[in-house]
Amino acid sequence: MSALSERPENPTVGIPLPHESAALHVTGEALYTDDLVGRLTGVLHAWPVQAPHAHARITALRTEPAHDVPGVVRVLTADDVPGINDAGVKHDEPLFPSEVMFHGHAVCWVLGETQEAARLGAAAVEVDYEPLPALVTVPEAIAAESFQGTPRNLARGDAAAALEKAAHVFEGEFEFAGQEHFYLETHVSLALVDEGGQVLVHSSTQHPSETQEIVAHVLGVPSHEVTVQCLRMGGAFGGKEMQPHGYAAIAALGATLTGRPVRLRLNRTQDITMSGKRHGFHSTWRVGFDDDGHILALDATLTADGGWSLDLSEPVLARALCHIDNAYWVPDIRVDGRVARTNKTSQTAFRGFGGPQGMLVMEDILGRCAPLLGIDPLELRRRNFYQQGQTTPYGQPVRQADRLAACWDQVAASGEVAQRRAEIAEFNRQHPHTKRGLAMTPVKFGISFNLTAFNQAGALVHVYKDGSVLINHGGTEMGQGLHTKMLQVAATALGLPLSRVRLAPTRTDKVPNTSATAASSGADLNGAAIKNACEQIRERLAQVAGGLLGVSPRDVRIEDGVVHGLSPASGSVGWNELVNTAYHQRVQLWASGFYRTDGLHWDANAMQGEPFKYFANGVAAAEVEVDGFTGAYTLRRVDIVHDVGDSLSPLIDIGQIEGGFVQGAGWLTLEDLRWDTSDGPNRGRLATQAASTYKLPSFSEMPEDFRVKLLEKAHEEGAVYGSKAVGEPPLMLAFSVREALREAAAAFGPAGTSVDLASPATPEAVYWALDAARTPRATEPAAGDTAAEPAMAGGPRGSEEATTWSG
Amino acid sequence: MTAPAVPSAPSVPCAPCVTVNGDQVPLDGVAAHTTTLDWLRDRGLTGAKEGCAEGECGACSVLVARPGVETETEWTAVNACLVPVAALDGQEVVTSEGLGTSSDLHPVQQELAVRGGSQCGYCTPGFVCSLAAEFYRAGRVSTGDEVSSGSTADEHHCGVDMHALSGNLCRCTGYRPIRDAAYALGAPADDDTFAARRQAPPPAPRPTRLAVDGAEYVRPATLAETLALLTERPEAQVVAGSTDWGVEVNIRGRRAPLVVAVDRLPELRELRIEDDVIELGAALTLTEIERRLDGRVPLLAELFPQFASRLIRNSATIGGNIGTASPIGDAPPALLALDAEVVLASPRGERVLPLADYFTGYRETVRAADELIRSVRIPLPLAPLVAFHKIAKRRFDDISSVAVGFALEVADGTVTRARIGLGGVAATPIRAVATEDALVGRPWTEESVRRAAAVLATEGTPMDDHRASASYRSAMLGQSLLRLFWSRQARGHCVQTPKKQEVSA
Repeated sequence: MSALSERPENPTVGIPLPHESAALHVTGEALYTDDLVGRLTGVLHAWPVQAPHAHARITALRTEPAHDVPGVVRVLTADDVPGINDAGVKHDEPLFPSEVMFHGHAVCWVLGETQEAARLGAAAVEVDYEPLPALVTVPEAIAAESFQGTPRNLARGDAAAALEKAAHVFEGEFEFAGQEHFYLETHVSLALVDEGGQVLVHSSTQHPSETQEIVAHVLGVPSHEVTVQCLRMGGAFGGKEMQPHGYAAIAALGATLTGRPVRLRLNRTQDITMSGKRHGFHSTWRVGFDDDGHILALDATLTADGGWSLDLSEPVLARALCHIDNAYWVPDIRVDGRVARTNKTSQTAFRGFGGPQGMLVMEDILGRCAPLLGIDPLELRRRNFYQQGQTTPYGQPVRQADRLAACWDQVAASGEVAQRRAEIAEFNRQHPHTKRGLAMTPVKFGISFNLTAFNQAGALVHVYKDGSVLINHGGTEMGQGLHTKMLQVAATALGLPLSRVRLAPTRTDKVPNTSATAASSGADLNGAAIKNACEQIRERLAQVAGGLLGVSPRDVRIEDGVVHGLSPASGSVGWNELVNTAYHQRVQLWASGFYRTDGLHWDANAMQGEPFKYFANGVAAAEVEVDGFTGAYTLRRVDIVHDVGDSLSPLIDIGQIEGGFVQGAGWLTLEDLRWDTSDGPNRGRLATQAASTYKLPSFSEMPEDFRVKLLEKAHEEGAVYGSKAVGEPPLMLAFSVREALREAAAAFGPAGTSVDLASPATPEAVYWALDAARTPRATEPAAGDTAAEPAMAGGPRGSEEATTWSG
Repeated sequence: MTAPAVPSAPSVPCAPCVTVNGDQVPLDGVAAHTTTLDWLRDRGLTGAKEGCAEGECGACSVLVARPGVETETEWTAVNACLVPVAALDGQEVVTSEGLGTSSDLHPVQQELAVRGGSQCGYCTPGFVCSLAAEFYRAGRVSTGDEVSSGSTADEHHCGVDMHALSGNLCRCTGYRPIRDAAYALGAPADDDTFAARRQAPPPAPRPTRLAVDGAEYVRPATLAETLALLTERPEAQVVAGSTDWGVEVNIRGRRAPLVVAVDRLPELRELRIEDDVIELGAALTLTEIERRLDGRVPLLAELFPQFASRLIRNSATIGGNIGTASPIGDAPPALLALDAEVVLASPRGERVLPLADYFTGYRETVRAADELIRSVRIPLPLAPLVAFHKIAKRRFDDISSVAVGFALEVADGTVTRARIGLGGVAATPIRAVATEDALVGRPWTEESVRRAAAVLATEGTPMDDHRASASYRSAMLGQSLLRLFWSRQARGHCVQTPKKQEVSA
């Protein structure tokens, strides 16, 4: 067992605890960035002037009329930027644009004494636009060859030759939608100027260090003149990894120019029309199987809808390519990936970071092909699982392939899947207008940032003279329970009760050069850094204790705040007394910790290497019921077994699994981003830009019966206290819902019906799918994989997804 | 549990003020459009959050002491983002901060906290208030010991009606721990001051007049006074529950020179059940009507759970849903099927007209500027075969792409009368007259129903938008009649009368 993963006796990690801020959450005492505004005086409010075109040149900008509005203090434009007029790291995101790149793009910002004044001031600003042609859909961008960034190719073996030889070959095209983060707390920054021009920005950001860098380069000052603090976020899900920077920079610019605090809080409409989303993808694919249903080869092209600027689109694409295999061995493979540039918001990180998109292509292929191969979809999936000793297409060994099988078999058993499928078949026989379906899908998700440099973290641990402990680390709290886990790690590493440890908000002047709290890596990286800091302190205290107790420092143990030697005879000393003694001996009672993930290497150009420390595994079984009159459905039961290693905090981890699953189900079945793709005056406008039109899962979408288990005996050798990351992987367990809907829709037709299902599988999409299944076709395939045209009848989304099959 | 003192008697008249968590706070210099949410947050009560500013997410939920159905006062959860704070003059509000503190949690807060009901915590104060309203609902049966195993979908587990949380969105948890927290709630303790407060009358509505920067908020005392004001100031914006106007203010930046509040006018809050008619006061909220009718109008009983969310139904009024004249309002298709009439009051007297004649165009009606919807009349007896079908992306708290209200009479296997109301397929709610004609006089059989369904699929002029395609909307019209037919067949009766269906009057 590694030193990193080994747990002491009676550790605080592993105990199910509620969120460390739960009592503050429920009473409303928990402070979020915008809650600080009322505690300051003289705060100015910022409001954007948003362009009403998807693509246009700005030919004139007249800000004077805004100054006639009572309460307007200043209008911020490009002329005000002392440093670099850019909000990103790729230098393709002008903070104040001269060319409007998407509908709703902020042209300039108005500062007012009140939000009302700023809003009216923004309405008074006059902008002249010269509209330009706009690309709104991915097919439009492909046709126009509008791409950005570096195209990537992932290959192993000879996919073309293997497809030639395959017994069964299918091909298809699949375009699927992105997803709005819809964190309940919209983007918000609050900037203040300290003495000497120092800027403090409170920001709802997953990446305080990068927010700091962008603010500094916009202001034209070194990083040490800018401090970014994140108290906590009201949800983020990846949407606050890159996107907060520009808003923080606007607030900071306003604060430095006026000398007053500036609050920039987007309302929901602004947030949803201005901030990036999960990438929608377009894919074309050819897949080959042998007679037993083994995948022989895959040749696919993935095109991510990047929106107007690069943002994180390249790493998102890389992760999509690295996850198209999901849990399946594909001996010969070739996947081309590219990022389309469209006149939409700049799509960005979202829980799973391209992984879900890559996997969705594969799960869709398997769901569509199983009936054509005449193989039960559960069997088809299980049969293609990675086996021990096999490697991914990018060359990483799948070291825990047995865990996939273990999760699968446990779900099948505890979920009584075989018996329930028989019951479902019987139900479906008896109900002509209602059908049920059950599907199982696996997840294998790589943990670590693809970019190796990001896999480092720092922490700062203080032990005060009274024995109380304050920890700081570079991770941010967005609801995922990172701080709860970090408190547990610190208490475990120091041998203290949890009550002795407190955690301070994330600040760039405490821990510098941090990576984003992203890629599910927050606990792995920061936990290891905290553990490292605590162990330094513990080591020094052991020296002191050894002297006090008359034992070797190596034999000193600290448990629940009591310091003793190996033998009871040596007596004991309390933590507080030890700390006090150490202080008087002039022993350093604080330490900075650091961690870098070992063993990673990645050649981004060749798309080869070992980018991941390990894989997180999980399996879900979902049962749905579909109404044949409307396509409406309910999620009757979900069983999950998920591998979080040895859990640091089981209540937190189960919460992540459940929440991720429901969020994934939202992406795949309900959440419907609709952009105006017409040639009308609103071309490029997001039509679903409010909670009233963009529907998140609510109580009614929760599985009626929801059974989540953590895989047992799942020690992870290479991670802090044997745990595994949990934030993203469970989202992808929701493929089971989509596949269950496909099963239920197919049940409306004759046995062996292959169902083409749009994504998101809204009730309307399900209706068209089941209507196609139950409507006799002119040309039925004689055998499973002979030529046919199973395009959806009449479905407006179906036409985007015409699929042809060739045998 | 100890909690901040809550006044046990109606508040003493004072200058415009709101009692918040037991403290009287003056409404000094408050603009007519200022929402309760912004006002609370400006006063340092930052527990309630803005998540959407249109009453969809519930992060701003707070409790208001309102007239109760089963107790004198009910703690009613409302969206603070939609209610102008001026509307709460003289009223009592409790926020998450007022329910408990982190060192002394309220039972609802306690259950949510320990069960993992909060992750990011941003939506949590809103969930707390919505769930507290359910905790204090007088009709709630509470055994206290039936803690959920997490494996049932009973919506009335432990007396808790989960529809109480239908207007609250959580993006983090997946809801299961929140449901477990709700199901774990016992009865309020004997010394619970909020429970005790229910026994005393709620604060009476009182006339209000606020004027700031040339914009006024006026709550007249009587109907006559209101009508006089509307006659004098035809530009006035009439507002009842503010669930529609609040969205206009927040999302579209609309400001009115004069807002006239009518939601507490006694003349608009009567509910009468007579031999030949049920009359619903226009200012009754959907929740009040739902509770007071208690299933007596089965078509409405089917509608209510599908009408927006509990938070919205607690504020939204039946008159308001007709008054906004939205083609996708949920009540009109049902009321059209019920042959409802609208009573319009003006200084010139009252007039009564069929709802079918009320709508004239997109958000346009026959109502004159000096007229108010006083009530809605539903003629009796009711047709025995009814259904309300709402097609939407989400099962609850969504806006319909299509809504269909059916009220049919079948005698000796033949359809003798048919009323079908449609929403979402034209610029106004409409009656499916051609389909009605295709049904009446014909046998209630699959064959003739299929024929009528084909006619229904051609009613109106549905359009493509972000909610649904035109072809889906049309298909859903036809399918809804088939679904109605099939559901009755499946129950083994051609025409079945559910237990609560008969109107006792």
